Amino acid sequence: MAYVAVKGGEKAIDAAHRLLAKERRGDPAVPELSLDQISQQLSLSVDRVMTEGSIYDRELAALAIKQARGDLVEAIFLLRAYRATLPRLAESKPIETNRMRARRRISAIFKDVPGGQVLGGTFDYTHRLLDFTLAAPSVFPDAEIAEPSDTMPPHVLAILGDEGLIQPERRDENLQNPPDLTREPLEFPAARATRLQNLARGDEGFLLSLGYSTQRGYGRNHPFAGEIRIGEVEVVIEPEELGFPVVIGEITVTECETVNQFSGSKSEPAQFTRGYGLTFGEAERKAMAMALVDRALRATELGEDVSAPAQDEEFVLYHSDNVEASGFVQHLKLPHYVDFQSELNIVRKIRGDEQVADEALAEGILA
Amino acid sequence: MTAGYNFAYLDEQTKRMIRRAILKAVAIPGYQVPFGSREMPLPYGWGTGGIQVTASIIGSDDVLKVIDQGADDTTNAISIRRFFAKTAGVATTTRTADATIIQTRHRIPETPLRAGQIVVFQVPIPEPLRWLEPRESETRQMHAYADYAIMHVKLYEDIARYGHIATTYDYPVIVNERYLMRPSPIPKFDNPKLDMNPALMLFGAGREKRIYAVPPYTIVKSLDFEDHPFSIETWDTSCALCGATNAFLDEVITDDHGGKMFVCSDSDHCAERKEKAA
Repeated sequence: MAYVAVKGGEKAIDAAHRLLAKERRGDPAVPELSLDQISQQLSLSVDRVMTEGSIYDRELAALAIKQARGDLVEAIFLLRAYRATLPRLAESKPIETNRMRARRRISAIFKDVPGGQVLGGTFDYTHRLLDFTLAAPSVFPDAEIAEPSDTMPPHVLAILGDEGLIQPERRDENLQNPPDLTREPLEFPAARATRLQNLARGDEGFLLSLGYSTQRGYGRNHPFAGEIRIGEVEVVIEPEELGFPVVIGEITVTECETVNQFSGSKSEPAQFTRGYGLTFGEAERKAMAMALVDRALRATELGEDVSAPAQDEEFVLYHSDNVEASGFVQHLKLPHYVDFQSELNIVRKIRGDEQVADEALAEGILA
Repeated sequence: MTAGYNFAYLDEQTKRMIRRAILKAVAIPGYQVPFGSREMPLPYGWGTGGIQVTASIIGSDDVLKVIDQGADDTTNAISIRRFFAKTAGVATTTRTADATIIQTRHRIPETPLRAGQIVVFQVPIPEPLRWLEPRESETRQMHAYADYAIMHVKLYEDIARYGHIATTYDYPVIVNERYLMRPSPIPKFDNPKLDMNPALMLFGAGREKRIYAVPPYTIVKSLDFEDHPFSIETWDTSCALCGATNAFLDEVITDDHGGKMFVCSDSDHCAERKEKAA
């Protein structure tokens, strides 16, 4: 009977999964990707997956990318689901980005800064011409790496801070411990620490568009790239039983600090304001977009009108997560025939009523 | 059991946190309790709230039934049933009467439930006022003041525009004469089953991080007006397989010339009726 055919079955699911595995592998004549290859040669994909997957592990991120056939949002989901099963062993101390060993560090607000401008490896200023030589196995590209004048340069914004020209970053007095969005539900109004956590996990594309919208006038806040730095920082924990800090490893992060429109009043002298972005690995576009959106979300705190999407914390924070968004958009593929049946019934009923009414009206006119 | 994972997947601390939320939900019928929803290995929107609730209450003696659209053999129901068979090693069933826990999407079984059974609903959007007011900060205040005027206005506008209340599923209810609640996208046909039901009804919304409950024998009233009383869907026909006249029927297109038939959405109920008739 035809009715049976519309139902899925266990066999169909198993077969679909086998087919998926086969499609992932592709042509067996082509060598299989190794995790090292992904980690080394698709390193920016790995960085994005680690950042939005909220776990710093290059190998797992590379595995997720391989398993997801290069679909980064799917890879982020895989990593997040794995992360949720991990025990929480300790809370680290805040990382000290002013002690970062920076291999890239630029500021757009001063021509030169203590520690110097360090361009590092960047797509900036490359001409986006397809390099056809890469289509064939290429010669190992060697590059000399100069030692920067200061591997731990001071933050550029601290220089403005010394003159009192920019708002200092203050610890939120209301927060005992940093919030953890992976353990507690989002509640409003959200503390800035919560917002930043949400943005760090948020979808790069979503933040990019929102950040862009502020530049085009939807919640404009005059950003300058105060400083962008990429490099390695130490992760430190202080176990209670030891009572002293221990370095447990080193991670690569990208940090962006923007200098924004000043605020001030009769009682408070004018000061620049800040936006902040931080990601795992090298993710400059994400860090900059995050800083723009962070600043936009500070509208209420800074006494600005909340009129644009990027300034609306419920709108931004509830829709930034691509694991949530991807799941809910795609759940539309699940069967909805019961609800649809109810809708069919009511539409037929309303149409029937209208037809009766129209006929009655027509009869009335004729009579 | 899957090596490396705890019984029913979630770790015990997480289960305890969810059980606390469930207890609060039972204590305040219809109130949406925020909880620290975890990322599950199934996608958000595919039953992660229901799965977390089930994972927190299930024990090794439980017998689990999972349905989607009323049927045990729909793909996502199969996927979730397998998840628990694998991670908890529990017995599963398709028979409503044999189940101790029934996880469901979009239906309440036709077979009457009994005391001791728990129904776990998968909820996409827990907030009944969400389509009328997108802001959580606003809707929480409306619940605090029991100010549900905008919902009554919405239903009134339906009547003014269409001559009927045009909400057919996820039809809003008042629980225990206090909280406005979304019954999850069940057809309004199932709403009367919520009222004074001997079973415990738990609702889990994973992506939205909310749990709510209708405890056994709680008054659940579908919103209506004196001159437009609540009514449920009816069909002019009966189930083509079992002949049921008082069950929710799905329309199945049989050819491309307008041919169709109607069959029970509850596949277990339908099969049982056929067995009895045979």
